[in-house]
Amino acid sequence: MKKQLFALLFALVPLSALGAGAADVPHSMTPDLDDKASLQRGMQLYTNYCMGCHSLEHQRFARAAEDLGMPQDLVEQNLIFSSDQAYNDLMHNAMAEEDAANWFGAAAPDLTLESRVRGTDWIYSYLLTFYRDPERPNGVNNQVFEMVSMPNVLEPLQGVQEQVCAESDRPVEGAELDPLTGKYQSCDVLQVTQPGAMEPDEFEAAVYDLTNFLAYVGEPSKLQAQTLGPKVLIFIFIFGVLAYLLKREYWRDVH
Amino acid sequence: MGNPNKAKAESGIMRWVDDRFPATQMWQDHLSKYYAPKNFNFWYFFGSLAMLVLVNQILTGIWLTMSYNPSAEGAFRSVEYIMRDVEWGWLLRYLHSTGATAFFVVVYLHMFRGLLYGSYKAPRELVWIFGMAIYLVLMAEAFMGYLLPWGQMSYWGAQVIISLFSAIPVIGPDLTQWIRGDFLISGITLNRFFALHVVALPIVILALVVLHIIALHEVGSNNPDGIDIKAKKDESGKPLDGIPFHPYYTVKDIFGVAVFLFVFMVVVFYFPEGGGYFLEAPNFQPANPMVTPDHIAPVWYFTPFYAILRAITFSVFGLDAKFLGVIFMGGAIAVLFVLPWLDRSPVRSMRYKGWMSKVMLVVFAVSFVILGILGALPATPLRTAVAQLCTALYFAFFLLMPLYTRLEKTKPVPERVTG
Repeated sequence: MKKQLFALLFALVPLSALGAGAADVPHSMTPDLDDKASLQRGMQLYTNYCMGCHSLEHQRFARAAEDLGMPQDLVEQNLIFSSDQAYNDLMHNAMAEEDAANWFGAAAPDLTLESRVRGTDWIYSYLLTFYRDPERPNGVNNQVFEMVSMPNVLEPLQGVQEQVCAESDRPVEGAELDPLTGKYQSCDVLQVTQPGAMEPDEFEAAVYDLTNFLAYVGEPSKLQAQTLGPKVLIFIFIFGVLAYLLKREYWRDVH
Repeated sequence: MGNPNKAKAESGIMRWVDDRFPATQMWQDHLSKYYAPKNFNFWYFFGSLAMLVLVNQILTGIWLTMSYNPSAEGAFRSVEYIMRDVEWGWLLRYLHSTGATAFFVVVYLHMFRGLLYGSYKAPRELVWIFGMAIYLVLMAEAFMGYLLPWGQMSYWGAQVIISLFSAIPVIGPDLTQWIRGDFLISGITLNRFFALHVVALPIVILALVVLHIIALHEVGSNNPDGIDIKAKKDESGKPLDGIPFHPYYTVKDIFGVAVFLFVFMVVVFYFPEGGGYFLEAPNFQPANPMVTPDHIAPVWYFTPFYAILRAITFSVFGLDAKFLGVIFMGGAIAVLFVLPWLDRSPVRSMRYKGWMSKVMLVVFAVSFVILGILGALPATPLRTAVAQLCTALYFAFFLLMPLYTRLEKTKPVPERVTG
């Protein structure tokens, strides 16, 4: 038994001892692929606010519609804006790479796999931490992605967010902890100074939906894995019990 | 008809076959009358599991090939096509990518079993050497397979490893260019790696597996006590401590297969990225020769050797550090081949060796794991120092073996297996 445990440890150590190197971002979110309403709202936000520049070149409208439980006619009427795109097409967009490079300094990256490259925490934090910066060409900067060349396309929803000096609960580099309040004096606290169409918590929920949708797009097969996984594991378990009983029966005469 | 000395079925279709092909004889030689020691423990599952994973890799690999596009323009897209548009493509791909990790897990455990019970010692030197050859080709197979998704880490990992050959004096730069087939890693490199990964190396691996098993069945399996079961036989010539491989070990291995598959499928369904260590995050970006990832690390099963490579930061005798690193990395694998001649102990199993062998084996295993962890992390001065220490201990295990296995006092070996 001791040897078996040691063997197991030997097998696991190189994997678990390393752990996942999570990027240091201010906000975190846990995707929920079972929340179809959230995913649908996320897709609506994506097609309305993001897809003009950022394609999802490996994702099909039809596949998303099926996985998220949306009827074809609703998707065609409300989520496909270009007349030369069909329901079964990949989610390309009309912006040419050269135009993007001219307008923003770089081509807008495809976001199909963004949730797997940077992680959902990063996307969620990125979308929440735009702030006004008059020195930047688009008037905004970002706490997660400094010197970002993308404008804050969600500003009509979020309102105008500014970076101000205030108290923060989060440790801030170079800032001292105030022993009386237990808070940090920091000059990178974000505050909405002009309200947008959404309240701050409504906006956070919307960004959650959008990030959730990108988590789905990164790996649509996760939905299939969730359905198939338990069935396969139960089968293997029962097979294993029978295999063990068979082994015990055969080995009865070995002494 | 046929060779009268061969075992044959009494009558019927099997008799017809046996007169033309030694089917019954082979069945008996390798399964129903192949006597294996009855005291195999947990460690003896990993040989058959390695075969299972090999079959998994070949089958899923064949089906992946049907939809994969081996070109710089199409490779990345075709992998996402497999993941999304091919029926069950995601499952085939994750079975294959997780299978690569599983292959190295079971092979490392299988090799450790060999170290533990002295399975490499006479008369099993060739079993060990064929096994080591499998391991070596398997590393090449895995390395070339990792380029095929054509992601950022595929590209830059290959760039780092291939550039190691450029450290070889005189012929290095030309050799590197010859391997790549281009001045940098390109679609040409991808195409030749594809050919080697799906045709050439699998054939070599299969041939070596056959040699490994033929050599094993010629001399018989070792066991946790490291004693020769053929020394004690009953009147009919069967080893007293042996049992026929079939049905006893076939049913036992089927149970092992079930346990293995359960763990394996949990990873396939729920953790296919392995926390970024089986499928690395930068590999979800298409290969871009103009942008280098922040941190290039090989996949976990190569990290111990990568750590040894990086640990050599000094020049000796006018040989530069990079070339020395390559020599040490190659030496770390090469030294395993001569292991049977380094061990001078009169006993095989760790159960009867002295305390020095036991301590050295633990030191070796711990060093290997630490090197594996360090190889995945960016280098710092402290980490490099630890890697240097572990590299020294890794080699000490082998190079001091002729001394400590002769000096230490061994325990008496029992006549019969102890269970």
